[in-house]
Amino acid sequence: MAQLLQLTLNGRARVDAVPDNLLLLYYLRELVGLTGTKTGCDGGECGACTVLIDDEPRLSCLMLAASVAGRRVDTVESLGEDGQLSAVQRGFHEKLGSQCGYCTPGFIMSSVGLLRRNPRPTDDEIRAALGGNICRCTGYVKIIEAVKHAIELHEAGVEP
Amino acid sequence: MNKIQSARNIGGYVPMVDGPEKVSGRARYTADILQPGMLTGRIFRSPYSHGEILDVDISQALRLPGVKAIVTGADCDKTFGVLPIARSEYPLARDKVRYRGEPVAAIVAVDDATARKALSLIKLNIRELPACYTVEAATAAGAVQIHKRKPGNIERDIIFEIGDVESGFKEADLVREATSNCAEVCQNQMEMHAAIADYDALRDRLTVHASTQVPYYVHLMLAQILDMDMSRIRVIRPQVGGGFGARSEALNIELIAALLARKIGGCVRMVTSREETFITHRGRPETDIRLKIGMRKDGRITAVECECDQRGGAHSGYGTVTILYSGSMLYAIYDLHNVKYTGRRVLTNTPPCGAMRGHGTVDIRFAFENLLDQMARELELDPFAVRRANYLSAPTFTDNDLMVNSYGLPECIDWVERESGWKARRGKLAKGKGLGMACSHYVSGASNPVNASGDPHATVKIKLDFDGSLAVLSGAAEIGQGSSTMLAQAVCEVLGLDLSRIRVIASDSDLVPKDTGAYSSRITFIVGNAAIAAAQNLKGILIAAAARKLEAKPDEIECLGELYRVGAQDKGITFDEVAAEALKGGGAITATGHYSTIPESRGGNKYRGAAIGASMGYSYSAQVVEVSVDEGTGVVTVDKVWVAHDCGRALNRLTVEGQVQGSVWMGMGQAMSEETGYHDGLMLTGNMLDYRVPTIQDSPPIEVGIIESNDPHGPFGAKEAGEGSLAAFLPALTNAIADAIGIRFNDLPVTPDRVFAAIEKSRR
Repeated sequence: MAQLLQLTLNGRARVDAVPDNLLLLYYLRELVGLTGTKTGCDGGECGACTVLIDDEPRLSCLMLAASVAGRRVDTVESLGEDGQLSAVQRGFHEKLGSQCGYCTPGFIMSSVGLLRRNPRPTDDEIRAALGGNICRCTGYVKIIEAVKHAIELHEAGVEP
Repeated sequence: MNKIQSARNIGGYVPMVDGPEKVSGRARYTADILQPGMLTGRIFRSPYSHGEILDVDISQALRLPGVKAIVTGADCDKTFGVLPIARSEYPLARDKVRYRGEPVAAIVAVDDATARKALSLIKLNIRELPACYTVEAATAAGAVQIHKRKPGNIERDIIFEIGDVESGFKEADLVREATSNCAEVCQNQMEMHAAIADYDALRDRLTVHASTQVPYYVHLMLAQILDMDMSRIRVIRPQVGGGFGARSEALNIELIAALLARKIGGCVRMVTSREETFITHRGRPETDIRLKIGMRKDGRITAVECECDQRGGAHSGYGTVTILYSGSMLYAIYDLHNVKYTGRRVLTNTPPCGAMRGHGTVDIRFAFENLLDQMARELELDPFAVRRANYLSAPTFTDNDLMVNSYGLPECIDWVERESGWKARRGKLAKGKGLGMACSHYVSGASNPVNASGDPHATVKIKLDFDGSLAVLSGAAEIGQGSSTMLAQAVCEVLGLDLSRIRVIASDSDLVPKDTGAYSSRITFIVGNAAIAAAQNLKGILIAAAARKLEAKPDEIECLGELYRVGAQDKGITFDEVAAEALKGGGAITATGHYSTIPESRGGNKYRGAAIGASMGYSYSAQVVEVSVDEGTGVVTVDKVWVAHDCGRALNRLTVEGQVQGSVWMGMGQAMSEETGYHDGLMLTGNMLDYRVPTIQDSPPIEVGIIESNDPHGPFGAKEAGEGSLAAFLPALTNAIADAIGIRFNDLPVTPDRVFAAIEKSRR
């Protein structure tokens, strides 16, 4: 069956009828049309679908859409203001934390979640926060540089 | 002279031109293209490894409400395959199935749930045949034959001897032999396979969005499989989420989607699961190597004998090329004479392998550098000294006629020796710690395209119209490696313009010239040179226009990118004014550039297949790996990697570093944890938990040294940067482990259980 889902998605209140068994990932991608959040595996293995739920990184492939009723959900499309890239987005672009780009929205949302709760993480804290995200292109070296660059930009006043 | 005002982009750290789309979620990958009315495709796969198909009963599935159509092998009697000599594969099996997971039927339905339900209603009636899962079983006397035309299950065998191996071994002071086994690994690129096929029945036109490295090969195979004229087909490559060779040939996914779309006269979206992506992997085959090397006391190699068996899987794919690469690429890194190579590409009842990053060179390089290290120890030589005793002197042709014009290996070796502190630290590290080194190399594009058709090896067009912007049109597939950024940089460098003037359009067969695609590390060298030629042609047109406008001779015009003038005293005219002048009379301008490899680069004929391995230039890599081995658990930690890569010239230091780090890391996965596993042909590792890719927590710092040997034919001197550094990691790791605990590993991956067992054995 279906139910009415009320939530705040990327800063805007929404109401949608969603089937009870619809995963949050497919709600975002196919029902709302926010395709920035990616499907990279058959469930819970890769982190490409990471979104923020009340600022905490979560795998949208392992959650039912109905379970986020009344919550605040942010996807990669929520970042940046006035057409400018956010600090984490700039970090990944300018330092080549993104090559093919497919894992990037997930890495970015995990990183944003980290910086929102811990604006000055150590290298080990960065690694721990991104341990559930798989990238097949970069070897992660430039991803760590990207997050460090984002930390500097954040300290200079750019939103994460 | 027409002086070039450099935009200072070549050699800089240039973020990718398509980066903002990727970090904002706006980049559209195939599965992101959603249109109303799209139908869902799903593939029914064989649960048997080998058998004769007696019947595929689709009647019940067809009756399920919401199912629009089903295709089976009966719908297509044409075969596909990347090599014209080896097209043995049907998009949907006919007569026989040859591996578990081979597509047998495909359903198109109104939604995914209906399609999945319909899958369970298809009945496959089969007469099972014995199956061969290993090289040993497939080549045993009396083994069941997998393909009618391949007796003994040999896809391709090859033997060559160049020089005199027997007398070479007689000259040696030390002869050693080792056998190695490297597990099958696969690309596991982050984006799962996907295609969208839309058939317009009114016009008999097909549009396919395919997640591919080779849109042109997909185009060719669609025409062949559907028996359609190529002019009625349009192939669009959206953003691609990684390739690494998995998509360097047309896959059954896009062909099946197209068969379904034509059958229903509509639009079919086919997005596979991660497990299906693993089954459709086209990875690096399991390889068994027996290698014998003769060496003089000074480290000079006197003879090499190598036998190589590859478990290719159920269809050819690139197999013939892979087994040839493994032999030919013994050369072009060291000065070798007296080489004998015996290779066998074997067919088995497992998913087909293909052309994974470092195609054909990786496992052989592992065996070679691992044995060199062992022999260096026995001869009490420094491993660096052994490599230095065997340098090529470029320019040269190798004994198998490979053309080497630039050779930065010595500088790579010097760099990693210095930066790793090798001399001061080797042998003085704490217990359980070790340092190892190794080298590798790779082609910068195959000099002989696999589907040669007589036209240039690359064509690039640049369009200039009323708006003054430049559109670079190329079929080169951007797959995350930075192909489009490289094209923009090359054009800007020649014209002295800023990157913001350029748009790269590289995604649609209706708009762009044909390009054979992103494989064999060809794009920078081959398409880059074509882009330079196109930009030079456009510059000639602009200079002629400026000369008309300024009433000067063309060779008096100074081109400063945004300003064209006659000498320093002239205030000149702007690029926009020059463009407007150039458009007078003829309207929009399209300048074209071509590139083809030179005949001398195309290899020799000392044996059949000797053209494989031939390239315009070879990249070189040297690595030092530092490890810690926990002797209580067998866990190996890579503490740091130093890698130097000779890419001729770094057109973009940011992407070169990224490519080199990514290659090294992918080598680390193969060396330490990655392995596909099967039980009676059933894939056991079809997910990212069982197929262990290193996480950020397992991954070391990788320090990159860029060595620039300036290849005389390379675009601005460049060679490849995206593959050549993968192979050296594997032996550098085993050499480091040998240094740490005195145990040498010849089999990959070196997992903790293997290390632990070896330590236990050594203590007994």
